[in-house]
Amino acid sequence: MTVINSYRNQPDERGHFGQFGGRYVAETLMPLILDLEREYRAAKADSEFAREFEWLLEHYVGRPSPLYYAERLTETLRESAPDGKGAQVWFKRDELNHTGAHKINNCIGQILLAKRMGKTRIIAETGAGQHGVATATVAARFGLPCVIYMGARDMERQQPNVFRMKLLGAEVIGVESGARTLKDAMNEALRDWVANVHDTFYIIGTAAGPHPYPELVRDFQSVIGKEAKVQMQAQAGRLPDLLVAAIGGGSNAIGLFHPFLDDASVRMLGVEAAGHGIESGAHAASLAGGAPGVLHGNKTYLLQDDDGQIAEAHSISAGLDYPGIGPEHSWLRDIGRVEYTSVTDTEALDAFQLLCRTEGIIPALEPSHAIAAVARVAREMDRDQIICANLCGRGDKDIFTVAEALGVAI
Amino acid sequence: MNDRLSARFAACKAQGRAALVTFVTGGDPTPGDTAAVLDALVAGGADVIELGMPFTDPMADGSAIQLANLRSLGSGTKTADLFAIATAFRQRHPDVPLVLMGYANPMIRRGADWFAAQAKAAGVDGIICVDIPPEEDAELGPALDDAGVHMVRLATPTTDAARLPQVLDGASGFLYYVSVAGITGKQQAATASIEEAVARLKASAGDLPIVVGFGVRTPEQAAAIGRVADGVVVGSAIVDIVGSHGNQAAPYVQAYVASLRGALETREKVA
Ligand SMILES: Cc1ncc(COP(=O)(O)O)c(C=O)c1O
Repeated sequence: MTVINSYRNQPDERGHFGQFGGRYVAETLMPLILDLEREYRAAKADSEFAREFEWLLEHYVGRPSPLYYAERLTETLRESAPDGKGAQVWFKRDELNHTGAHKINNCIGQILLAKRMGKTRIIAETGAGQHGVATATVAARFGLPCVIYMGARDMERQQPNVFRMKLLGAEVIGVESGARTLKDAMNEALRDWVANVHDTFYIIGTAAGPHPYPELVRDFQSVIGKEAKVQMQAQAGRLPDLLVAAIGGGSNAIGLFHPFLDDASVRMLGVEAAGHGIESGAHAASLAGGAPGVLHGNKTYLLQDDDGQIAEAHSISAGLDYPGIGPEHSWLRDIGRVEYTSVTDTEALDAFQLLCRTEGIIPALEPSHAIAAVARVAREMDRDQIICANLCGRGDKDIFTVAEALGVAI
Repeated sequence: MNDRLSARFAACKAQGRAALVTFVTGGDPTPGDTAAVLDALVAGGADVIELGMPFTDPMADGSAIQLANLRSLGSGTKTADLFAIATAFRQRHPDVPLVLMGYANPMIRRGADWFAAQAKAAGVDGIICVDIPPEEDAELGPALDDAGVHMVRLATPTTDAARLPQVLDGASGFLYYVSVAGITGKQQAATASIEEAVARLKASAGDLPIVVGFGVRTPEQAAAIGRVADGVVVGSAIVDIVGSHGNQAAPYVQAYVASLRGALETREKVA
């Protein structure tokens, strides 16, 4: 098959998505990154690897996740929409996965790679703790020791997940440098990795980092979009008109979007965290408020000053609180295939409550950003149009943060 | 090119000793304090100065240099301050080689050509960039080459024989051998493994001087490395002194550097 004019055959052999991506790592890590790439190519061509991945997704993670028509939410949004407006809202229910978010899809794939490479120790960074929990989970399942780096500030606001990781047998190391959030946790994980290259596999939690991570995380997360495509055809008889997903590093979004990139009728909207508002400077929207630069192994849009110093991000959602974005999103935005918008803390909190009350689903704060964007655009779209949003995590972990934001003592 | 680096390595060789390469973070604790520290390095007997460019996210550094980066940025150090520090150093010390060391993002922020031109104008002899491996050389290498500034490459214990030619291709000034797989300021590698690695590098590196660093703290360690390599790098130990003594650090830095230099002078000659 020759693919002409496809958006789906990135990156190039050097890991570049247009000017983005690449392998900006210390020399110590370079041979390991090349090894990982070789091993990933071999795994991709190995039907046994695919079989094991799919088996675990079905029986351990609980896939396929449902595709669900949110009728009450749709009706509620229509009440405030102009006549004839108010698109149908559907959710890809990845919050029903084992461990409560999409993160586990990627962790299953990467732990199988770690096993293939004979690595005996697992490390990861985490923000909200969802990736940390998913990593600790697969490490327990495969009997490998596991160290999770987590910003000390994130540990405070995501206490339940810290305890979950410990229950699963992981060692959680609080990171005190910088703003003590996800970026700093990633620095510390990279420092661990560079000192333990011989036995350690670094399970990166989003579609970012040095090549081949953005590609392999995307591939593992693409199960979301592949399922959604089949399910949408089966249930609605056609493709959706618009896909919507929240963006931290961009893994749930690229997982949903990628299988649809060559379907010209499908529009896509990535939702960044606007924190207190883009103008306030306290946000995590690297596309809206950043510029291309190099951090954590890849070139991508970053929040930074004129000297290239990285700025601190802010979002009420720990999982979105990161000053960068996966390189494929930077490319998709520059070529115009995907649109990006942003949603503030307050809008996300409103959407969080809206979903609780209309659908009986408590979403995580990350997909609450996607839901807020859905609420905005659904009212402008025709009634017969279909929006499919990624409900990529459940909100159990966030109830303390939400209570505090709403001024409720629990 | 008026090549201070090769002149200095040749002079050290003629004296039968390894070059002493010293690292400090620019702007630590404030931009105004760095000149005195650099002068102390020279007065103590440093042959080559590595001036660290502070970065918010020093992923390859241990706590000593991380803290130095924070102190420097906390006092408002800008890229322009680094170039001003370099320019003034060059006026005071016309012959001492000066190398900027840091991370990619601050170097490419205004474009690699801008950075290379500024470095050249400031009298900087070479650049060490931690996170631009040969695979991403296009990001900075050609611009430095055009400006006549050396691109110093890093080799590590994980750089195997198959990869070494790629690392050496385009390397200039000297080759920096990072003797431990890890971050700065931690443990030192065994002397035997360093000796073996340097021999392996020398076999491929031609005339390029081999300089060994990471984890070197004591005059004895420096002397041991000096017996096998063309140069030895000391960084975190000096940065720690600046961390302890702040804007009063210069005399302590000078005394410490002199002790390192003394150890390199008194080494036994190898036949
Ligand atoms: C539920 C959930 N959604 C989204 C994210 C953001 O990551 P990504 O953009 O890679 O999907 C996180 C990160 O922790 C998360 O926990």
